Amino acid sequence: MLRDITLGQYYQTDSVIHKLDPRVKLVATICFIVSLFVVKSWVGYVVAAVFLAVMIKLSNVPFKYMVKGMKAIVFILLITVVFNLFLTPGETLVSVWRLRITKEGLQLAVMMAVRLSFLIVGSSVMTLTTTPNSLTDGMEKLMKPLKIFKVPVHEVAMMMSIALRFIPILLEETDKIMKAQIARGADFESGNLVRKAKAMVPLLVPLFISAFRRANDLAMAMEARCYRGGEHRTKMKPLKYAARDRAAYGVLAAYFALCILIRIYL
Amino acid sequence: MSIILDHVNYVYGGDTALAVHALKDINLVIPDGQFIGLIGHTGSGKSTLVQHLNGLLKPTEGSIYYNGEDIHASDYDKKKLRSKVGLVFQYPEHQLFEIDVFSDVCFGPKNLGLSRKETELRAYAALKQVGLQDEYFYQSPFDLSGGQKRRVAIAGVLAMKPDVLILDEPTAGLDPRGRDEILDQIAKLKEETGITVILVSHSMEDVAKYVERIIVMNRGSVMYDGAPKEVFAHYRELEEVGLAAPQVTYIMRALRESGMPVAADATTIGEARDEILKALGKE
Repeated sequence: MLRDITLGQYYQTDSVIHKLDPRVKLVATICFIVSLFVVKSWVGYVVAAVFLAVMIKLSNVPFKYMVKGMKAIVFILLITVVFNLFLTPGETLVSVWRLRITKEGLQLAVMMAVRLSFLIVGSSVMTLTTTPNSLTDGMEKLMKPLKIFKVPVHEVAMMMSIALRFIPILLEETDKIMKAQIARGADFESGNLVRKAKAMVPLLVPLFISAFRRANDLAMAMEARCYRGGEHRTKMKPLKYAARDRAAYGVLAAYFALCILIRIYL
Repeated sequence: MSIILDHVNYVYGGDTALAVHALKDINLVIPDGQFIGLIGHTGSGKSTLVQHLNGLLKPTEGSIYYNGEDIHASDYDKKKLRSKVGLVFQYPEHQLFEIDVFSDVCFGPKNLGLSRKETELRAYAALKQVGLQDEYFYQSPFDLSGGQKRRVAIAGVLAMKPDVLILDEPTAGLDPRGRDEILDQIAKLKEETGITVILVSHSMEDVAKYVERIIVMNRGSVMYDGAPKEVFAHYRELEEVGLAAPQVTYIMRALRESGMPVAADATTIGEARDEILKALGKE
């Protein structure tokens, strides 16, 4: 059940998207997310959907994997939809008891659902097609200008990549500890909320301990290899833009411009 | 009283591209009171197999019967099954969570809904069974040494009084002395209580000394199943799949080939010594 979350899990295959420079993919993902909030009409969402669909098609990652990431946010999605549906003032469509569904609420709810699911699928495209390592490289390079303001860019990038790298490991660990406690008669499913929360203790304590242990081990291993942060570090494979990346930036700029135009004129 | 596996198949990852056929048509009968060694290379499916025995994993195909009842029947009490088939995972010390050793061992029996008195009696007995001294009982489990932690974790399963005890690589990461101590303790436990013990390992050496039956797994299938002597007679085939017979087996073969009249099927050092002494006429 826990294996279903795909965020931060690289899917190995060969595609145009996989070969793109990570900086392009990062910028594209940010632009895509921003564009979701820029457009406000249905035409805009159709354009975003088409853009996303083409990216998924180009990435050669089975669609199933993208949807799997959605399962994790079903709950958040549901809450957002319900709140928007019932709590938006406006022209009443249906009213049951004290609850009123308004036309504006319905629109907003659907819009939010579309935005959130596009957001997750969009970022899944990036994480599924980019290894955590190249993702960090890209992030580091993109944020380099911030160094002037004394932002520890390299350190932040390193932390992010470690966090991403550890998501699947900790998930596996959770699965293992859960099974071990179930084998000792633990029950994670039945009971009311308080009981369920209490039942999590035998899972969370070992999980935290294992996370700290792993962090400690990793820090030790890094120090043993003389890791000391960003100063004077060189890369084995420095990032370089290719023609493909410039073309991708072009496509991205066109998409973004289109979104803005739609916002202004439609 | 036994466990029967009938044409058990298990596929990881459903029907995606990453699907792995982890178990292929496993048929086994595990009668009461046997001491079994389950051996296989990393990824051979041995850990997957033992997780089927207490119902943690459901076979994709096939059935598992415990005492004649299908454990995946809708009205079967899985919780009871898990108290009867105790499974100690790899690195079990990673599952400890309570503030002291004693409460951690109480976790299992408490989950069975036993009275406080019975729970504590069982926890005490279990800690004694794994040979932990009283002075550690009220210490934090995280302050103990690796070997001691592992004993506590094993006690945590023993306190549920299982009829079948499965240990997945109980000696992984321990030094030779810790390994021998744990294995001796398990053998003693087996002798005293007569429960079924399944020892999962990738080391022939560990297992040969104790068990009466060896099941060798390779790529999700049962490769050999028999007494240690029978299984180790296939030492060439075992080598091909990345396993090996105990070192004494090789020594005895070599001695025999060079003309010493010893039986070549000795699997433990004790047996080998007796054979050699006999051959030398110094019994």
